[in-house]
Amino acid sequence: MRPTAPVLLGTLLLTAATLSACGGGSGSDPDTVRVAYNRSTDNKTRYKDRYLADMKKQFEKEHPGKKVELVPIQAPDNDYATKAQQMMRSPRTAPDLVFEDTFRINADIKAGYLRPLDEQLAQWDDWNKFADTAKAAAKAEDGKTYGVPVGTDTRALWFNKSVFKKAGLPENWKPKNWNEVLDAARTVKKKVPGVVPLNVYTGKAPGEAAVMQGFEMLLYGTGEDPLYDPGAHKWVAGGKGFEDSLDFLRTVYGEKLGPEVSDALDANVPTSVGTEWLPEGKLAIALDGSWLGQHWTKGGGREWPEWSRELGQTPMPTQHGKAPGTVSMSGGWAWSVPQKAANPELAFEFIKTMQQKKNAVRWAVADAQIAVREDVASDPAYLKSMPGIAFFTSLVEHTHYRPALPVYPQVSTAVGEAMEAVTTGDASPKEAAKEYDSRLKDIVSGAVVNR
Amino acid sequence: MLLFLAGPIAYCVWISFTDMQLTGSDRTNFVGFDNFRRAFGDEKFRNAVWLTLVFTFLSSLVGQNTLGLALAGLMRRASRPVRTVTGAVVIAAWVLPEIVAAFLLYAFFRREGTLNAVLDFLRLPDQNWLFTLPILAVSFANVWRGTAFSMLVYSAALAEIPQEINEAAEVDGARGWRRLVHVTLPLIRRSIATNLMLNTLQTLSVFGLIWAMTRGGPGDRSTTLPVFMYDQAFTKSLIGYGTAVALLLLLVGALFSAVYLRLVRDEV
Repeated sequence: MRPTAPVLLGTLLLTAATLSACGGGSGSDPDTVRVAYNRSTDNKTRYKDRYLADMKKQFEKEHPGKKVELVPIQAPDNDYATKAQQMMRSPRTAPDLVFEDTFRINADIKAGYLRPLDEQLAQWDDWNKFADTAKAAAKAEDGKTYGVPVGTDTRALWFNKSVFKKAGLPENWKPKNWNEVLDAARTVKKKVPGVVPLNVYTGKAPGEAAVMQGFEMLLYGTGEDPLYDPGAHKWVAGGKGFEDSLDFLRTVYGEKLGPEVSDALDANVPTSVGTEWLPEGKLAIALDGSWLGQHWTKGGGREWPEWSRELGQTPMPTQHGKAPGTVSMSGGWAWSVPQKAANPELAFEFIKTMQQKKNAVRWAVADAQIAVREDVASDPAYLKSMPGIAFFTSLVEHTHYRPALPVYPQVSTAVGEAMEAVTTGDASPKEAAKEYDSRLKDIVSGAVVNR
Repeated sequence: MLLFLAGPIAYCVWISFTDMQLTGSDRTNFVGFDNFRRAFGDEKFRNAVWLTLVFTFLSSLVGQNTLGLALAGLMRRASRPVRTVTGAVVIAAWVLPEIVAAFLLYAFFRREGTLNAVLDFLRLPDQNWLFTLPILAVSFANVWRGTAFSMLVYSAALAEIPQEINEAAEVDGARGWRRLVHVTLPLIRRSIATNLMLNTLQTLSVFGLIWAMTRGGPGDRSTTLPVFMYDQAFTKSLIGYGTAVALLLLLVGALFSAVYLRLVRDEV
């Protein structure tokens, strides 16, 4: 070997890792719609796959000669988004239809990945049945709409009534501030050993599940516009609420009121909560979403008919009980057509099939979604689908939406890092908040307002 | 061939001087050395460099290399069946796809894993290894997986030492440790350097193993450079910055190679 040869060889080994992301691809067929979606990381949870398989069958029957190719991507949320973005970069790999979390839509629009749907929407009668807030969820800064939302969600506290009974806590529990939540957790820890008192998602690995369900549910209960100031068009740095929310996490994990830190920092923790911890009575209180019932209904990953009797729901209180007293966050997912899709018209046809009323109802029921269409929301099948649906729908009144701006996904990652540092004990809430402030300034190029 | 290689490499070099993003921006601007300046000013980058060095030192220099040599030496003396079985086991670890190996070792180290079961059985205190000592756990995983390669290299090298030299050394009274240090090691010096270089380069680029076992966590306690690079480029969508980090990683690899090459050249 010549002396330079090993160096070259090493270079190759190292670049292989860098380049592997760029390859791949398949030819496109003008009669096939390629549909990319996120498959659950739990192998028993397949309701989405079944629903889409049925939609494919129906579509192919209604459109002779046309085909649907389903492209499931089985990954935690962050990895799914990365994969979808990589696919959308090139016309060879871009799917014709992609399922997107609405908080990423603006970033993806800014990157030029998505295609406005206004023309098609204008000719589609069903669009009028969508609630205005939902229509806004997929609307960009340019005023155009880039996705058809299929549902929304709200978040609150779930609690296990039999564990509460053992701990001597009331069955109609209604905490008025953060301290009452923590006190209940402390009581459970003392009186019912072996049960995790309180789960609050945290850290980097669970991605947006931790940032939105965990952190922002706290943060938005600390005051007005705690993340972004819409009046000043600037992000908030040096917020007291930010530090207080981190301090709440420190209390939960420092006092061992939460799950083992290593479990809490696992990317699959949301699946564990839904399919193991709650159904097996190992968790007393969960700060979680309206959709949890999806795991327990017939055909879910962990059928659990008793859940409506076993579990109670109560709104998450604000920090000190300040009006309106409760807090919730909302998001949702939408179907979008990539800019580089080969068959955008056919893709929209497939959306229409999925949004025929009975199919829309079926989806809301299967995915345990809060309906965004009036006709779905009033459908008896939807209203009967989950006990507690009235409760979660009532939270919409005081719910908050994340700042729908292109940099939000990056801000979200910085929040996740701050949470992780506090959870592992690597940093105090103050240090982590300071680190977040400096990251934030970097991300938004200095467009911050100090509070 | 050159075109295939040069094209993508040149493209990567170009990206590392831009602010390309995976999402959130449709424009890519030339930013000069900004990404590199940013890396050296970034505490998390420096942390990743340090962890990469620890990981490489523990798993490649100390672990794979020494263990590989020891195994090769022992196997020369062992009986044929022992040799066959050991060889099969060690090479099996090497042949396994990285992700399968990662999963096996995750199952070994996790809280309810095999290691803790064994420790419980021996009444020793158990540990949540992946959480308390993540860099050690992934280093061990890399040793487990990569030792076979060193063993093969050293087996070949030892087999090439002429029998007369060993006999002559024995007559002169050099045995055991002294023979190893004064006779065997100098004779296989060339193989040592080659092996160290290949090991190091391979270890520097380990990604799947660490990602699957710890995802670089908890915190940043097992974030080596490749994991850091992935995190920047694909989780934070900063492709330009991530590629710049990859280029720096390449530089570290080249430095190591240069040092080892010197070792080989000084020999004669």
